[in-house]
Amino acid sequence: MTIDSALLERHGLKPDEYDRIVKALGREPSLTELGIFSVMWSEHCSYKSSRMHLRKLPTQGPRVLQGPGENAGAVDIGSGLAAVFKIESHNHPSFIEPYQGAATGVGGIIRDIFTMGARPIALLNSLRFGPLDGPTGARTRRIVEGVVAGIGGYGNSIGIATIGGEIAFEEPYAGNPLVNVMCLGIVDADALVKGKASGVGNPVYYVGAKTGRDGIHGATMASAEFDDRSAEKRPAVQVGDPFMEKLLLEACLELMATDALIGVQDMGAAGLTCSTCEMGARGGAGIEIDVCHVPQRETGMTPYEIMLSESQERMLLVVKHGREHEVEAIFDKWDLHASHIGFVTNDGLMRVKDGGQVVAEIPNTALVDDAPLYDRPTARPGYLDEVRRLDLSALRPAAPTDALRAVLASPTIASKRWVYRQYDNMVRTNTLVLAGMGAGVVRIKGTPRALAMSTDGNGRYCYLDPRRGAMLAVAEAARNVACAGARPIGATNCLNFGNPEKPEIMWQLVEAIEGIGEACRALDVPITGGNVSLYNETDGNAIYPTPIIGVVGVIEDAACTRGRAFRNAGRHIVLLGATPASLGGSEYLKTVHGLVAGDVPHVDLAAERALIDVLVSAAAERLIESAHDCADGGLAVTLAECAFDSGGIGLTVDVRSPESGEANAWTRLATLFGEGGGRAVVSVAPEHLTALESLASQAGVPAAVIGRTGGGRISIAVDGRPAIDCALDEAELLWSSSLGRYFAGRAA
Amino acid sequence: MKFAVVVFPGSNCDHDAYHAAKDVLGQEAEYVWHKETSLRGADVVILPGGFAHGDYLRTGAIARFSPVMPVVKAFADAGGPVLGVCNGFQILLESGLLPGAMLRNRGLKFICDHVHIRVEQVDTPFTAASTRGRILRIPINHGEGNYFAPDDVLDALERDRRVIFRYVDAATGEPTDAANPNGAARNIAGICSERRNVVGMMPHPERACEPMLGSGDGRVLFESVVRTLSSVGAVGTGSR
Repeated sequence: MTIDSALLERHGLKPDEYDRIVKALGREPSLTELGIFSVMWSEHCSYKSSRMHLRKLPTQGPRVLQGPGENAGAVDIGSGLAAVFKIESHNHPSFIEPYQGAATGVGGIIRDIFTMGARPIALLNSLRFGPLDGPTGARTRRIVEGVVAGIGGYGNSIGIATIGGEIAFEEPYAGNPLVNVMCLGIVDADALVKGKASGVGNPVYYVGAKTGRDGIHGATMASAEFDDRSAEKRPAVQVGDPFMEKLLLEACLELMATDALIGVQDMGAAGLTCSTCEMGARGGAGIEIDVCHVPQRETGMTPYEIMLSESQERMLLVVKHGREHEVEAIFDKWDLHASHIGFVTNDGLMRVKDGGQVVAEIPNTALVDDAPLYDRPTARPGYLDEVRRLDLSALRPAAPTDALRAVLASPTIASKRWVYRQYDNMVRTNTLVLAGMGAGVVRIKGTPRALAMSTDGNGRYCYLDPRRGAMLAVAEAARNVACAGARPIGATNCLNFGNPEKPEIMWQLVEAIEGIGEACRALDVPITGGNVSLYNETDGNAIYPTPIIGVVGVIEDAACTRGRAFRNAGRHIVLLGATPASLGGSEYLKTVHGLVAGDVPHVDLAAERALIDVLVSAAAERLIESAHDCADGGLAVTLAECAFDSGGIGLTVDVRSPESGEANAWTRLATLFGEGGGRAVVSVAPEHLTALESLASQAGVPAAVIGRTGGGRISIAVDGRPAIDCALDEAELLWSSSLGRYFAGRAA
Repeated sequence: MKFAVVVFPGSNCDHDAYHAAKDVLGQEAEYVWHKETSLRGADVVILPGGFAHGDYLRTGAIARFSPVMPVVKAFADAGGPVLGVCNGFQILLESGLLPGAMLRNRGLKFICDHVHIRVEQVDTPFTAASTRGRILRIPINHGEGNYFAPDDVLDALERDRRVIFRYVDAATGEPTDAANPNGAARNIAGICSERRNVVGMMPHPERACEPMLGSGDGRVLFESVVRTLSSVGAVGTGSR
């Protein structure tokens, strides 16, 4: 075999990267070694374009038990327990094969959580698709159905509740949908398991599904753009088996309850290669394996194929020497076969043999720590000046009630019930706030607490201003969690961007990371881990830059959990916070005028932090009955959503426009549909109003009583002048049935 | 009172049934692994929901061959109360402990939602504490809950008053088509055996035992069996 430029290109390696390999080894690599380097140094595994910027994120805090670098992060939630969580993308596979791509995305993140010793109890997902109608509508609907069925098929079967998430539909995702899945699990804080190998001579075991030829170079695929030949890459997508993973989950947790285990890692991206060298590198040890002991699904597999396969539902374990029988008995109970494939060494090498003959021998540090690190050039994109200009005088302002109807029916705003009805969102009987009713909330059995979590991101904002958009995403996720009554304590992020080799894309990425860092520091929510997904482009067209933030918060008394919907008529409706809203980048502009333009909303992180404090205290002191974050769609949509699912409790509200004097049509629309952070709508019983007002005023958070709950209508006036008036049941039907209508006639 | 919760590989509502029996009802409860051949002296057996053995064939089709099943059958034959929920119901059908079969939901999609079911009969160990006609709000979570049986079997079930739960409209209490989430024949949500001690149902009462989870209506099934067994004494002691 000769290594030529064509071979390197097939492996996604640049000539200078090859030179680096030769230097690291002190010789030419074998084909197997070349394959191993190519997956470990792929963007997906090495974070070579993002690593130096990710260091700007705050990752420490008093509650952080595990920051980035392990299989998942962990935070202290009290009572000696830890919440282990992470978000990950499976964008590229989901475009090629929606059902399996999404399903294996769920399977992968679940393995990351139980690998840490935690029992997974909640899943969330953030999805982005193209428009459901128009030229690519039919294909998008097929992708949506496949992705939703795949997420449900895996999560429902393995028995982990899918409790929340969000979905948006925008043109740039038509050729490159996003599937980001977050999983959270619970473990005794002192029983966290690490993915490291140690103890010379300790046996290395392989457990789970057999290795096939599926998914070879999946990590490399996830590190390249798409084009019209992408369908040919279908064999790089794996097939998920949630039953196998359920067995692995239960057997691993049973094994972790003993002290026979040293370390464990799942075989996700880059399969056996990644798990072997990363466990060795973390433990400062070496690992020697012989691929002839690896269970194989097909005959005639080469060491290259075995090392690069991304077959799903496989784990690599290091156990204590002398405890082999105990370990094997646990896996036998679950009808799983644990294969002894190697042992821990002290030479720092990943040595791969095939029937005793060495086929690869690479220092772990060369693969993991010496991976290329790029400080890629950045350039502010030229499109920004153009899209930030917004001339409202060229538009005709819509009648507010018509605008509300249009926005409520837009797929991004409309109820996602059609989707989450396909997900088991209650299994394990922990779910306190069902999907679609606010942040996802699960109680922690055996404690008085509950955890709230939310994943948020707004690609449109980030397209217009990646730094501010990313800050708004952090703020929104934290605010959502606070609306449930939870104190935000940690976050995870999934950074979905285009090709980082383009300076404009790189600029977006750096701006977004710095924005996330600033917001997380201001709100005191450290990032404990996450994932970067680059090259989200098809035929050279990038997605909107889309950082997704998942925030986890603690509710000290689960009985104080709050949802978005009004509970009773005759309550005061209070708007907390007064950060100015803006029509720039709003759903109103997009839906009614087909425009993605303007300045994205102002961010005031100090105001966000104060608002979060008030929401958490007001819930804990039982001053409020419901709380809903004011974000996408603006105040009018937020108010309508408070009335939806309330059992028919309407509202009568009069809001002040921010400007003094006579409001014109545009200031009225901006008051109703302007978006931005720093605000929430709560409902309050009359006897608690004074207490809430004093709580807010002590925190410096404006609290405006804007109306009352009750009646069967949504009636909103601006500065005393009626603006929106419609029947609640009519608006609710529009909102709740809109998404399903796109799929009617198909299997509904 | 001791509940046995049978755990098949792929069961995923086993913890929920255990939690309802033990933590909510305050009864004894034990897991019984599907390879065991004793019910450990249990007074009540629950076959929980989930995807036993992955359910890649027909739901419940492989679980019926599990070593524990002959013991469950003997327990049932001796009159012991057995409740099969969701996948547990599917396993009871495949094992022949209850008649009929499950088809895919008529919408061809998995459904997770609260539904309303009417208690049709109260002379089973799992409905004795309810009143006839009471409407319970209980969640369903399944892709194959479309109960099917030939007309003569359905007629016999009706004649023998073995239809225990029916999907109904919350407001009117009537078994309308709109209230039928999955297309089940005659809106059937649950049935019982000839001796009335084996009950299978698609909705999940164990998920509706605490109001903080959205409904406490499912609790009546657990209270019923506790009350029945305390008044008549344990009937199913065959496996002790």
